[in-house]
Amino acid sequence: MNGPDDTGTRLGVVVGGSLTEGVDVRLDGVRSTEDVKVGTFVGIQGARSRFLGVVTDVSLETTDQALRASPPDVSDPFVAQVVSGTSAYGTIRVEPMLAIGVEGYEPAKTVPPHFAAASTASEEDIATVFGSEDERHFWIGSPLDMETRLCLDLRELVKRSNGVFGKSGTGKTFLTRLLLAGILQSGEATNLVFDMESEYGWRGYSEANLEVKGLKQLFPSKVAVFSLDEESSRRRGLTPDYVVRIGYEEIEPEDIEVLRETLGLSEVAADAAYSLHRHFGASSWLREFLSASGRQTIFELADAIGVNGNALARLHNRLTRLRRFGFVDEAGGHDSVNHILTYLDRGMHVVLEFGRYGRDMAAYVLVANLLTRRIYRRYVERKERASAEGRGEPDPLVITIEEAHKFLTPSVAGQTIFGTIAREMRKYNVSLLIVDQRPSGIDQEVVSQLGTKFTCLLDSEPDIDAVLRGVSGSRKLRSVLARLEPKQQALIFGHALPMPVVARTRDYGTPESYRELGWRDAAEMRAQVERDVDDLFGPESG
Amino acid sequence: MDQAAERSSDRAVGEVVEASTAEIVAQCHRLYDAPPLGALVRSEGDSPVYGVVAEVTTRSIDPGRRTMAMGEDDPSGDAVYERNPQLARLLATEFRAAVVGHREDGVLRRRLAPLPPRIHDFVYRCADDETAAFSETLDFLPLLLAAPVGSPDEVVAAFLRRASRAHDDPTAFLLRAGKELATALGGQFQRLGPILKGLAP
Repeated sequence: MNGPDDTGTRLGVVVGGSLTEGVDVRLDGVRSTEDVKVGTFVGIQGARSRFLGVVTDVSLETTDQALRASPPDVSDPFVAQVVSGTSAYGTIRVEPMLAIGVEGYEPAKTVPPHFAAASTASEEDIATVFGSEDERHFWIGSPLDMETRLCLDLRELVKRSNGVFGKSGTGKTFLTRLLLAGILQSGEATNLVFDMESEYGWRGYSEANLEVKGLKQLFPSKVAVFSLDEESSRRRGLTPDYVVRIGYEEIEPEDIEVLRETLGLSEVAADAAYSLHRHFGASSWLREFLSASGRQTIFELADAIGVNGNALARLHNRLTRLRRFGFVDEAGGHDSVNHILTYLDRGMHVVLEFGRYGRDMAAYVLVANLLTRRIYRRYVERKERASAEGRGEPDPLVITIEEAHKFLTPSVAGQTIFGTIAREMRKYNVSLLIVDQRPSGIDQEVVSQLGTKFTCLLDSEPDIDAVLRGVSGSRKLRSVLARLEPKQQALIFGHALPMPVVARTRDYGTPESYRELGWRDAAEMRAQVERDVDDLFGPESG
Repeated sequence: MDQAAERSSDRAVGEVVEASTAEIVAQCHRLYDAPPLGALVRSEGDSPVYGVVAEVTTRSIDPGRRTMAMGEDDPSGDAVYERNPQLARLLATEFRAAVVGHREDGVLRRRLAPLPPRIHDFVYRCADDETAAFSETLDFLPLLLAAPVGSPDEVVAAFLRRASRAHDDPTAFLLRAGKELATALGGQFQRLGPILKGLAP
């Protein structure tokens, strides 16, 4: 028997099946069904090509139906041993995904012949299909029961919007940190993270309440942490690179539109913002409106701009909430967008911490939407200018948003900037990384446009449906998805991978994991500096 | 004498009195000197035919004369023989062996022989090393399971029990044989079950 990591462990032979339903592999007598798990990679050696597939089902069979009615006396160990694997045996169903030939791989368009030998995938299979770790391929984890490094093509990844899903506590945040670190290291794109819980920038906590390093600690020279709540940042031992403030004049009616559900506004009330915008002008509509006080004044204003008085009163009532946000500044004159862009243009990755405002959905939705819309507008201009003048395009930008179901609901996805970005793919070099626990709440059109989905355990049917809708072979993936382990395991499928894969995600949070991501502690840094000095000037003589 | 014969016991146990491609009937040279049920035997010569003893019978040599009980006044069966030494001439022991293989141009083949052995060819009982070599692979089990004898399953069990003693690791041999049987008798657990019970070490 070969070790699992060189040429794969032999499992059995193909005995039937079809391309649409998957091929059936009868397990050899020595293999128990307990040796094989759903989601395991299997290599099947055909005559001309090698097929790589995934186990989607495991079943028990008997050669004799009578065995079901009168099972053999397995208390006799000899009888038990003889019968297992012969009269009673296991089969696995393998979904053939790829055919590996001499010139690389392609999607499997046929099945291996009868009695082709099946084994667990070898390291070489994995490397052929997923690539080896390099600047462009980021080690994201390992296939089930294998130590092989499974790599993700980051260049392909950032070409489209992507999603990280999973119910809370399944490791979404850890996986997202890894992805951000990978994108950051590869330089394939710059990141802008709307960090609701303030757990990506400086530090976060694991489920076991252990502290883990954020991006800024790992890559201090490449990451800038912006904050909406300076006080909270400082309390956590971080001096933010910039404190973001939003002026009244920066808030547009579209921002109110997105907040409709969060603030509990009717459509009419939200639309009134556009009328106010027209009435008072872009720079002062909100200030003028909020300074109006008294029911009488509001109703007079409603008459003047031709909207329903009650709706306007409600809008006024709700928008006064914005005044409570410390980062909203009546005076204005901040240019947070430009600041962010300046950093991004320098190749810095920006994490915007929300501090205490992270707990207020309205604040998160408002700021994420407002900043993204403006940044996106700049990218559109740049891209159009670049193509008109034949110059270099802006670097790809990946915007990470959390709790996306709050502002990508079917009713508003059509109007928000995030809906636009998700649907446009990467026309203007901006894509999204959506982190969410309720994918069923997100507009289906947006979810189906996501390039690559990283799905940790989901146990609600609508959420599983939402993630898998429109994916080929979804019925089989569903069985895999529903059986993921509750931690550190994800089903990854889509654009950046040649085939769906269940991965045990790479560790994040141990000193070793930090080192593997390129982090050096202070002593190592000093030693490195000394070595560099020695290399430059020769060893110190005195 | 060829090498295979040297390895087996040198004295013939009997000679062929009836032969077909599927089975050999041999009469023992001495009364009650038959190899036991399940023993591996082979015919003489460079191209021997191998068989597994599937039935042993002792009866009157004259089919027309039925043996009568005659020891009413004797204290035991042995005394009957002592008093009637002619019995050894009037009775004969025969055994029937199901053909399971043959040697052709020095190569052992575990399948029916193209031709049966000649009548009067001597039959030898295979020694342990030869039995072990023959049962190295068990492709012939289906042949034995389908042998035209009274209870082939008992014969199979008897053969495997015996052969296991010739192997270095009898338990491993029996397990392998059991799995081979389970494959050969797929869908017939009613048959397999009792054989396995008969094999259990």
